[in-house]
Amino acid sequence: MSITVQIPTPLRRLTAGTPHLTCEAANLNELFATLDLKFPDLKSHLRDEAGEVRRFLNIYVNEEDIRFLGGASYSFQEGDEVLLVPSIAGGSV
Amino acid sequence: MPTSTYHLRCRECGQTFENQPKSFCEHCFSPLEVTYDYDTIKKQVSRELFASRAPNIWRYRELLPLPEGYQPSLPVGYTPLVSAPRLGDKVGSRRLCIKNDAVCLPTLSFKDRVVAVALANARAFGFDTVACSSTGNLANAVAAQAAREGFKAWIFIPSDLEPAKILGTQVFGAELVRINGSYDHVNRLCSQIADEHPWGFVNVNLRPYYAEGSKTVGYEIAEQLGWKLPDNVVVPMAGGSLITKIKKAFDELVLLGLVDPKPVKFFGAQASGCSPISTAIKQYSGEIEPQRPKTIARSLAIGNPADGHYAIKAITKSGGWSEDIADHEIVNSIQLLAASEGIFTETAGGVTVGTARKLIQQDRILPDETTVLCITGNGLKTTDVLGERYQAEKPIAAKLSEFEAYLGTKIEAAKTEVAKISSALARAASVGTQTFSSAVPATALEA
Repeated sequence: MSITVQIPTPLRRLTAGTPHLTCEAANLNELFATLDLKFPDLKSHLRDEAGEVRRFLNIYVNEEDIRFLGGASYSFQEGDEVLLVPSIAGGSV
Repeated sequence: MPTSTYHLRCRECGQTFENQPKSFCEHCFSPLEVTYDYDTIKKQVSRELFASRAPNIWRYRELLPLPEGYQPSLPVGYTPLVSAPRLGDKVGSRRLCIKNDAVCLPTLSFKDRVVAVALANARAFGFDTVACSSTGNLANAVAAQAAREGFKAWIFIPSDLEPAKILGTQVFGAELVRINGSYDHVNRLCSQIADEHPWGFVNVNLRPYYAEGSKTVGYEIAEQLGWKLPDNVVVPMAGGSLITKIKKAFDELVLLGLVDPKPVKFFGAQASGCSPISTAIKQYSGEIEPQRPKTIARSLAIGNPADGHYAIKAITKSGGWSEDIADHEIVNSIQLLAASEGIFTETAGGVTVGTARKLIQQDRILPDETTVLCITGNGLKTTDVLGERYQAEKPIAAKLSEFEAYLGTKIEAAKTEVAKISSALARAASVGTQTFSSAVPATALEA
């Protein structure tokens, strides 16, 4: 599946300034493998020492939190747009 | 105050950063927090110094991240801490207090505190435009204080907010953008916008500074209790930040020798329709499973709380707990607080009161402990939820005879209600197995 990944500005120094990347990936694990290959410096920022997605990194697929879509088991659809966004809060309290 | 008394630090990996508009660590994506040089501050502050200053959040200025020479123009905070004996009677607590931020100035919610601190920093960082994602109260606070301080304001909200919160933002001249989606969608969009536009988003790139404003709730509670800490604090939770900042405030006061050390239990309150933090705690899990919010408590409707992980830690380490209540209980609790203490709170306050009652029933909060309920917003902003509970009475002529007849009908209605209760009680007694509360209609008990 051909999908697009948006790289947030603070991480673009690790992707040689690349703001987004179109690549082939069937699921999240394949996407990470592709990113690891393409931008080796990015790896430790996205996953912890145990290989888990970092707690405060939210991953969205077409504006939906990937955890609502099945997380790592979600199969990407052609043209999916993936966002990597640090967790922030606000709201009332 | 020299800027060297505080800087940014990653809450997970500990990396430090100069003061700047930045909310997360580039290495591990974890949130940044303001940390202070407490050794220096300890030599500067005392109970007497704080008490000698005007009653607002700025009296604690050494413990806030304020740029050198900052001159505040608004008396924000220092809201009443009142004892609540009548509410206490009804929920089973003999030492119950209300921290009443329903009357926080200028926009009647505790958000005025955080925005005041955020805008002080927005100015220092050179922003001419401030912005936020909001469930309403923050929108009001940013719009009002931006007008007062001469900033342009962009406010992003979920499209289904209460009309009073929308109007209470527009009136200050802010640009209001309504987004189709939940608060979590708005929040995600704002982090993308903050990436593209040079704006001071109070709860995105200014977040570490903004969040520190919440500590003033904790300082005030301690000072108003006579520089003592309470036994329990019950706090509503959306993103989960406030409860962690009240804890930080208490810890700082102990560290600085301003109060005696004492274990304080922290209790988090949520609406059952959006309860990712209380659900995690009740399942003894340290991690948040995001939820899709469905509750009338829109100011708490955050399904993916960024500080949830830290709220869980603060609560469980303290020996506290978290509960959640259904929407109809939220409305009952708003009415209960208003009718027993004369405090009209919004839905989040209903959540706090109803959850406190539940925690007392569970014996997690004991009757003779000093318990503070944090009421964070004003009921005039969420009157829509009470719409079906009260009907406008038919008007009568301005004649004494008409009034006496009116009173007569009221007395008759009350007698009918008493008769209904008596027969319900008699039925319960004859059955023998039914409990008092299940035999009597809830509305009759409330009356």
